[in-house]
Amino acid sequence: MTEFDPRIIAFCCNWCSYVGADLAGTSRLQYPHNVRIIRTMCSGQVFPSYILKALELGADGVMIAGCHIGDCHYVSGNKKAEERFRMLLGIMKTLGLDARRIRLEWISASEGVKFANTIKEFAREIKELGPRNGGKE
Amino acid sequence: MKQIIRNTKAYYCVECGKCTGSCPVARGNEFFSPRLIVERALSGMKQDIEGDRELWACLTCEACSKKCPSTVKYSEFIRGMRKMAFDSGFTSRCSQGGLLHSIQRIHSIKDLVQDRLDWAKDLKTSKKGEVLYFTGCLPYFENLFSAFVSPIEIAKSTVKILNFAGIVPAILQNERCCGHDLLWTGDSETFQKLARLNTEMIKESGASRVVTSCPECLRTLKLDYADLLESTGIEIMHISELISSLMKNNGIKFNRSGIMTYHDPCRLGRHLGIYDAPRDVIKSMGELVEMGNHMAESSCCGVSAWATCESMSKQMQVNRLIEAKSTGSDTLITSCPKCLIHLKCAVHNQIPVEKEKVDIRIEDLAVAAGKALAGD
Repeated sequence: MTEFDPRIIAFCCNWCSYVGADLAGTSRLQYPHNVRIIRTMCSGQVFPSYILKALELGADGVMIAGCHIGDCHYVSGNKKAEERFRMLLGIMKTLGLDARRIRLEWISASEGVKFANTIKEFAREIKELGPRNGGKE
Repeated sequence: MKQIIRNTKAYYCVECGKCTGSCPVARGNEFFSPRLIVERALSGMKQDIEGDRELWACLTCEACSKKCPSTVKYSEFIRGMRKMAFDSGFTSRCSQGGLLHSIQRIHSIKDLVQDRLDWAKDLKTSKKGEVLYFTGCLPYFENLFSAFVSPIEIAKSTVKILNFAGIVPAILQNERCCGHDLLWTGDSETFQKLARLNTEMIKESGASRVVTSCPECLRTLKLDYADLLESTGIEIMHISELISSLMKNNGIKFNRSGIMTYHDPCRLGRHLGIYDAPRDVIKSMGELVEMGNHMAESSCCGVSAWATCESMSKQMQVNRLIEAKSTGSDTLITSCPKCLIHLKCAVHNQIPVEKEKVDIRIEDLAVAAGKALAGD
């Protein structure tokens, strides 16, 4: 049996987290290949439906990353993201899906190291959790 | 497509246009015409219909079916057309960005273990029993809409009433969505999966009677699960029907107070023909004043299957509330969780009219009945 290779989706905001990911790349920091990054203009535009859709289509973990609170390029987008994330946690609980499968992180443009470490930690955690729904449809 | 036309008797259409005339959507949306969709189907314009975004605007409220002189089963016709469009890769413009549809699709995972029974902690329920309460999506609605409405109260009140009448209902820990919304937006494959999972669980529970507080679950279980549940002889009923029969047999009584008016949900009324049971219950709780549009003529709450929500839906909701307010009642009762959410949502947001015109309490039948129980 091959080792479980999780699929992780990361929504990164254009102004901070995506640039942070870029910095991790240009600094040649190593992080797991499991993550697929999707660039969004703001963490506040990542609707809860995007996350559930990803899980529905077979993602094992989903991360939303945005600017630190107070640093949002659009003033308060990340606060919206935070509020929505809280609602999403409620839905995850009712659905019986582990809340650790979704994650909200603040990563600034200068935090390439933090980006790499977050992904490492997240991938390790998802590997421990195993595939969403035990690998069966 | 020919099969759908044959099954729904769409070929009987005489293009009289009564459907478009009675359609609440066509009144505000000039691009939507039920008659034209039938006409295009009859001339075999398959691709044209599939790509039409107005195909998803129909509320399947059956206001047209009640008027049609040729007895075309219009809502089923639309359902068939949507399935055809869905199979060709077209989807509806979902409200909430399709969040609820995602939840419903996640429900079709076989090994899902949900954590949805928090609300039932203080109430008497069991795992198996004669009577099964099919909760529906209420725990999820509570997660989503708790900002302006508390849908889980409907579940609590329903069980409270059942307990009061000496019934300990079974509730399913892993109950799935009944699949109504997916069925009506064309995804019949996932619907089949959900239907199989649910019927298995219902059979396992040993229930001979299933009670729902949601007309959509009721319709789906009664009509769309018919071939799966047929042989079991399980009786499926709405909570209003149960309360009304309990009132006659067990002498369950309510404290009378206030003037109420009743909004007929389309699934309960026009789809299933249940008009009297909820009215009996309301009449025993207080005075019932009817709105101009009631029973088969009832207006719609504006959204169906979470498929469309636009300015026109809001307009329909606001109109309905103005109508309710003008009866002089102090409470608008409905018996569908979705009607409740939609009508409350309309007042929660900015509205195009003065607040006083729509300032009326909106309550679910089960919640109102739960509060009014005499001797509680």
